Amino acid sequence: MDDVAAWFLWLYKTTGIKLTIFYDSYDRARFVEGFVTTIKLSAYCLVLSLLLGAVAAWLAGSRIAIVRRAINGFVALFRNTPPLVQLYFFYFALGPLLPRVGGSPLLGSFGWAVVSLTLLETAFAAEILRAGIEAVPKAMVEAAESLGYSRGQIFRKVELPLALRVTMPAMTNNLVNLVKTTTLAYAIAVPELLYMSAQVWSEQVNVPEMMIVLLVCYVAIVGIINEFMRWLEVRLRVPGFGQ
Amino acid sequence: MSAAGPSQGANCAPSGGSAAAKAASVGAPRSAAGPSQGVARSAWVRGGLRVMHAPARVPTRDGRCTLVGVRTGIALLVVFAASVAIAQVQAPVGKPSVVELLIKWTPLLAGGFLFNLLISVFAMLAGTVAGVLLGFARISPAAPVRGASWTVVQFFRNAPWLVLLFFVMFLMPFELHVGGTTIPFPDWIKATFGLALPIMANMAEIVRGAVQSIPTAQWEAARSLAFSRRQTLWKIILPQCVKRMLPPWMNWYAILTMATTLASIVGVSEVMTLTGRITNAEGRTDLLIPIYSYVLLWFFAYCYPISVWTRRLEARYAER
Repeated sequence: MDDVAAWFLWLYKTTGIKLTIFYDSYDRARFVEGFVTTIKLSAYCLVLSLLLGAVAAWLAGSRIAIVRRAINGFVALFRNTPPLVQLYFFYFALGPLLPRVGGSPLLGSFGWAVVSLTLLETAFAAEILRAGIEAVPKAMVEAAESLGYSRGQIFRKVELPLALRVTMPAMTNNLVNLVKTTTLAYAIAVPELLYMSAQVWSEQVNVPEMMIVLLVCYVAIVGIINEFMRWLEVRLRVPGFGQ
Repeated sequence: MSAAGPSQGANCAPSGGSAAAKAASVGAPRSAAGPSQGVARSAWVRGGLRVMHAPARVPTRDGRCTLVGVRTGIALLVVFAASVAIAQVQAPVGKPSVVELLIKWTPLLAGGFLFNLLISVFAMLAGTVAGVLLGFARISPAAPVRGASWTVVQFFRNAPWLVLLFFVMFLMPFELHVGGTTIPFPDWIKATFGLALPIMANMAEIVRGAVQSIPTAQWEAARSLAFSRRQTLWKIILPQCVKRMLPPWMNWYAILTMATTLASIVGVSEVMTLTGRITNAEGRTDLLIPIYSYVLLWFFAYCYPISVWTRRLEARYAER
């Protein structure tokens, strides 16, 4: 670690390439915090949006017309308005309405970022899952019905597992987009990767270097996600379905 | 909405600061897994060299979509109206009402919104031209060209839009000296350029996907008729591609339009910046929900018709 730090210090002194995050402990701590926050934000939104998306996809197939319409409306609303405006709407317009607990707001900027991004991603996940559910052969549902499964059981044990497999590529895209959309949280001062990098580059005046580090970081995260999802896709493949 | 597979599900999917619907790129290998893709493709394949005939009009199932959209619009309107009404009731005595404020600021907001649209149109133009060229490089017979363009495409598709925007804002010069003349690059031009980059990469994938979805027999037939590669591409392949590139292209336009609000973060005075300034200037917390839902409504009114139209085109082309 010290060698790396020394090397980057040497790099700065000889070439002027200023990568403070590798040798300045304060900058490094900030950068790492930003990285961790980005990962945390993505992970929370991913889990919540998958759960809510599954619920929404289930409700979209409901027998009650008004529920179906409400879900359709929700999906159309979140997909056809800018995410940044949604984020501002939640943070600036709804935020002040929440009760304060012990002098501090109930939901901070991180909390609102989670809420806003989760709802956005839920809309996408619901739409993708619904398409996947429609791709499940009718005969399979009928077979499950004839075996005495209830509607909820069919959804949980037949439709959803198959839909998840079919929609894996679309889900990968969705996940990648989620990670990229977390940069929006910068706008409401969530200390994520972009925000922390901006702090570093405004103090150290090393914009080009930090920019490149930042881009490499995101491309690396996305690359890892892609590889992992491809692995998962192969792992979960069911013979004779979806090929 | 879409009764078809996930690839279409991810279409008309304006996910914001980011590149939604990579699946939108026609026939890109990763997105081809959707069940509908296969159906759509086999329907396309039937066209063959005759594809250039006008498409037969078939009734589509978009009636439902339009209805849902109208309902959502109504729901958004209701939120807007309700928030205005509540704010109206709670308005402090002796101050202008929320409705008056909204009317007062509408011209300014409209100007800002038009500026967003201007940015989106220019970015789309630049992104499309560059993207088509990059797409040609992606299917070039020369391996190094293919490899290099692959790297460029992957890089710009997988980097967050906001980061790219920062990249361009900070690293592009604010003016350029060519000979004796100085070409200035104001903020919004730089933002336009920054937004065009991801569009370029995604257009390249759309072009590649579309060209590759044309049956090889077309190439072979053209060859046997002594067309050169360039002639084949321009006169036989591309005319067939335009039709299948159009829906994802429009989809990306909707995504881009919504992404133009990102420019506010890097200091361009577009509609979000103006909204922020208005709320600051008025200093009225009861104005917040009405004004933000007002802006949401504007974007919805602009983007939703595009999304419906895209779906309609898609359905029409798929069912041929």
